[in-house]
Amino acid sequence: MKGISISPLRGALMLIVALFFLFPLFWIVLMSFETNTDILRSPPQLFFSPTLHNYAALISGKLGGGGGTMTVNYMQNLLNSVILSVCSVVVSLILAVPAAYAFARFKFRGGEDIAFTLLSFRFAPPLLVLLPLLNYFQVIGLYNTYFGLIWVYQLITLPLVLWIVRGYFEDVSEDIELAYRLDGHSWLSTFFKIAIPLARPGIAAAALLAFIYAWNNFIFALILGSSAIQPVTVGALAFITSSGIEYGQIAAALVLSVIPTLVLAIFTQRYLVEGLSLGAIKG
Amino acid sequence: MPFLTVDRLAKAYKKHEVIRDLSFAVEPLETLVVFGPSGAGKTVLLRLIAGMIHPDRGTITAGGRDITDLNPEQRHLGMAFQNFALYPHMTAYENIASPLRAKQTAAAELDARVHEVATLLRIDHVLSHLPRALSNGQKQRTALARSLVSRPPLILLDDPLRNVDAKVRYEMRLELPRVLRARETTVLYVTQDYKEAMALGDRIAVLIDGVLEQIGTPRDIYQTPANSRIARLFGDPPINLLAVQPVGGSQGAQIRVASTDLRIPPGQARRADGCVLGLRPEDIAIGFEPQPGAMEVEIDAVTPLNDREVMLLRARDGTEIFASAPQGSLETGQRGRRDAWAMLDLAQAHFFETGSGARV
Repeated sequence: MKGISISPLRGALMLIVALFFLFPLFWIVLMSFETNTDILRSPPQLFFSPTLHNYAALISGKLGGGGGTMTVNYMQNLLNSVILSVCSVVVSLILAVPAAYAFARFKFRGGEDIAFTLLSFRFAPPLLVLLPLLNYFQVIGLYNTYFGLIWVYQLITLPLVLWIVRGYFEDVSEDIELAYRLDGHSWLSTFFKIAIPLARPGIAAAALLAFIYAWNNFIFALILGSSAIQPVTVGALAFITSSGIEYGQIAAALVLSVIPTLVLAIFTQRYLVEGLSLGAIKG
Repeated sequence: MPFLTVDRLAKAYKKHEVIRDLSFAVEPLETLVVFGPSGAGKTVLLRLIAGMIHPDRGTITAGGRDITDLNPEQRHLGMAFQNFALYPHMTAYENIASPLRAKQTAAAELDARVHEVATLLRIDHVLSHLPRALSNGQKQRTALARSLVSRPPLILLDDPLRNVDAKVRYEMRLELPRVLRARETTVLYVTQDYKEAMALGDRIAVLIDGVLEQIGTPRDIYQTPANSRIARLFGDPPINLLAVQPVGGSQGAQIRVASTDLRIPPGQARRADGCVLGLRPEDIAIGFEPQPGAMEVEIDAVTPLNDREVMLLRARDGTEIFASAPQGSLETGQRGRRDAWAMLDLAQAHFFETGSGARV
């Protein structure tokens, strides 16, 4: 280790990389405080009179575009996104964490095949399954329901949680679990008191990733629901109107939609770091 | 009546038999050391007794109960692991308290018992630490404390001193018998270090390739090993195993070892043909003057080992032989190659069959 000091070249390169990835984000934030006229001015200007108009329009739901006023219930979309993503992740955690434990600890007939089949759900192009699903959903009454969408979202989140958490369970020493059982604790209590806490960083990481995937999903909600339950990804389509594209409002919508993921990432980061420093078993 | 009885236990993985028809018994309050080279099936045996894996055949009885099919938590035994297996997210105190918590021990009693066992193992000053803040020696003491705290009638120790440094290992080797006696428990101790086995075991069971090859007191096993494999495992440097040719003639008790004719003392094994002679390095004396009955050798190398000097000898026909002598008993100054005469004390020799290695 050369210590904490970073060579100037390294620093410069890191700065370039950071700028490359952060600049679009920065630009979006800037745009969200500009009027459409300011945005479309050529050449672009860094200095403008900031306005909260975009945010106000989003929150009130009344968009004053070039033509008349139209109502877009963006706050409802945001709420839908939260409901869909949170519920999907929670359902996935409840189903996939015990399953991951089973796959990690017990060798049973067809176990690998089942695990792989679940993973293979991620390989199929969504469009392939969506049209038949739409038919089924309309028949059994799941079309345009939170329940139906959360169910379909399991295609995205469940395999992800299962496979990530399984790896973490495999890393938990079996000896630790045996030791706990020899102490006189039941199988179930060993699962909750030893396996889950030790795999917690993995569970947090998997939940975060699953949440991001669910949050960013577009196609399922576009086809299987109407505007009443559609998330922000689909809701943002409303800003592409016949009278033009509302760049400022799109930018503001984007900023609003990034905030929950950002907050969650910052919150779970603590667990991720804790996982790395959990002075494991040996040495 | 023995406390722990293992009867015709067998376990195979795929077609590889790890434990083959193993039977032995451990008396109450006895410390039985299961000793064997790595891969002998020692850890599998412990896991079978702990209930982590299930045997293909055979039964395990502890304290008069058949525990073969019980879950680990129903077996009432303590165990300490080679890799410590502490709960990383709990303090040393909570680690040790775990068996008592499982029994829903009252808080005051729990606290008293944790401190009692922690004091016995001298870790009462680190009870509030998480395992990652403990040294390896302290981790192992914590693991031992956890296995002892609920006073189980049987404890299993799976090579507990493997991952601690030499100094701690030495201390623990001296301290463990005191601790185990204080807790009045039957102990099954697994190790692959013969010195540890001899220091700690009331008896030693030698396990090689899943088969129990000999069981007896440390002295029995060192002095009358059942076969040449066991003889080689006990001793550092290992015992010399030398091919023996019978010498013709009516003299009778004469054998040829490494092209030298030697007289077998009365009382030693009659048969000399088809045998291997086992002689420990300390039973070979080195002199620098020719003597009758001595073997002419060249000292190839001398290395100190503890308070002895270990010599690698080369006989005239090229056979390599280890000998050892107390430090300083050799004339000093000459460390290089030199000629010498080796007196083999055949009264101490063991004879093994060439093929099977069994003791003659």
